[in-house]
Amino acid sequence: MKGFWHDAAEFFPILMSGVALTIVVTIGSLLLSTVLGLIWAMMRVSGIKALSMLSASLINVIRGIPIIVLLFYLYFVMPDLGVTLSALQAAILGLGIAYSAYQAENFRAGIEAIDKGQIEAAQSIGMGWWLTMRRVVLPQAVRIVLPPYGNVMIMMLKDSSQASTITVAELALQGKLIASSTFKNTSVFTLVALMYLTMSIPLILLVRHFEKRAGKR
Amino acid sequence: MIELKDIHKSFGKVEVLKGITASVEKGEVVCIVGPSGSGKSTILRCINGLESYDRGEISVEGLKVDRDAPSIVKVRTQVSMVFQRFNLFPHRTALENVIEGPLFVKKEPRAQALERGRALLAQVGLAEKADAHPPQLSGGQQQRVAIARALAMQPKAILFDEPTSALDPELVGDVLGVMRKLADDGMTMVVVTHEMGFARDVADRVLFIDGGVIVEQGPAKALLNQPQHPRTQDFLRRVLHPL
Repeated sequence: MKGFWHDAAEFFPILMSGVALTIVVTIGSLLLSTVLGLIWAMMRVSGIKALSMLSASLINVIRGIPIIVLLFYLYFVMPDLGVTLSALQAAILGLGIAYSAYQAENFRAGIEAIDKGQIEAAQSIGMGWWLTMRRVVLPQAVRIVLPPYGNVMIMMLKDSSQASTITVAELALQGKLIASSTFKNTSVFTLVALMYLTMSIPLILLVRHFEKRAGKR
Repeated sequence: MIELKDIHKSFGKVEVLKGITASVEKGEVVCIVGPSGSGKSTILRCINGLESYDRGEISVEGLKVDRDAPSIVKVRTQVSMVFQRFNLFPHRTALENVIEGPLFVKKEPRAQALERGRALLAQVGLAEKADAHPPQLSGGQQQRVAIARALAMQPKAILFDEPTSALDPELVGDVLGVMRKLADDGMTMVVVTHEMGFARDVADRVLFIDGGVIVEQGPAKALLNQPQHPRTQDFLRRVLHPL
């Protein structure tokens, strides 16, 4: 135990630089996946067949490819096509695209859960499709969507570790580097696990808060 | 003001409207009565384009009702609708529900919309409930807010789709009272209802619909007191004397 605390004090600063990158990757890809997911979901419920089908196929393609393969594709294949991305850019883009499929399905479920009478009421006072979405459907859908959205945040935080496979020096990769050079596997990976857990706990509490609020109505 | 010419409408293989021809004049109150599933609500929903129709033509103030044409927005701002289940926006207060259309569809200045919204809530007897959210209101109060919301669009006519059917019996009177006042003020109204007392006292004309056709129509008192057609007689007997 004493050894662990000693190791922890020694490795903590290096691991913290990994934490910073983990947070950057998580927040970046979360934002991207939210925007893309919202676009896919809007296309899906637009009532325009071509857009809806395009979105459905996009979601299926994205869902059918492992995140790690998507990352390899962006980082190793895109340069052959003339697009060179930094490891961090590729990580954010890859995770953002991969998770946009799940976000889209979540958003769509939230939108479709809104009572049809709400949409009819909006139409009956002359609102068009976009105004109905913005003023009536989306504000109500947010309540339904937030709890699963929180879960996606937790999953993305943990899956940001996959960025290590394309050399992004986030928490998991920093841990692996230290472990392989010091052979203190137990100390290092215990510390890494604890650090992920510490970051997850606020998110877990946030999800619980969302669930309570959604249950109120 | 509202014209329906030979309207046909099917849901799948079921033809719910089989050639409805009717008109509503400015300032007239027309009640549509008939058994459940006879197509009463569908007629209303066709008039403001919530439902499309297969054949015939509907026009409001000379403007053709076509739910897929941009002009449908103009039709809807002229003909408001009040729903059986109120359909208030639960995430907004009573006042916000009322001013939503004026602010975002008609782009009225906020101060003006607020002032008129408050006046309308007062008109339906709910001035003190302006800041309440719909779930905090009784069914009757919600329906009166919904009527205020419809009025806020300054419509030329209001369609009521069984406005009291979802209410507890003791709350029906408040809503009918507000509607009666509107009728007295000269509002053009088309009301699908099972409230025969309201139809008799307030309506100018009653249409009796069964099986997707107008079986009988005429001045409210005459039709409800001395129905001519056997189906109308049978329906009214069942509604007025259920035992």
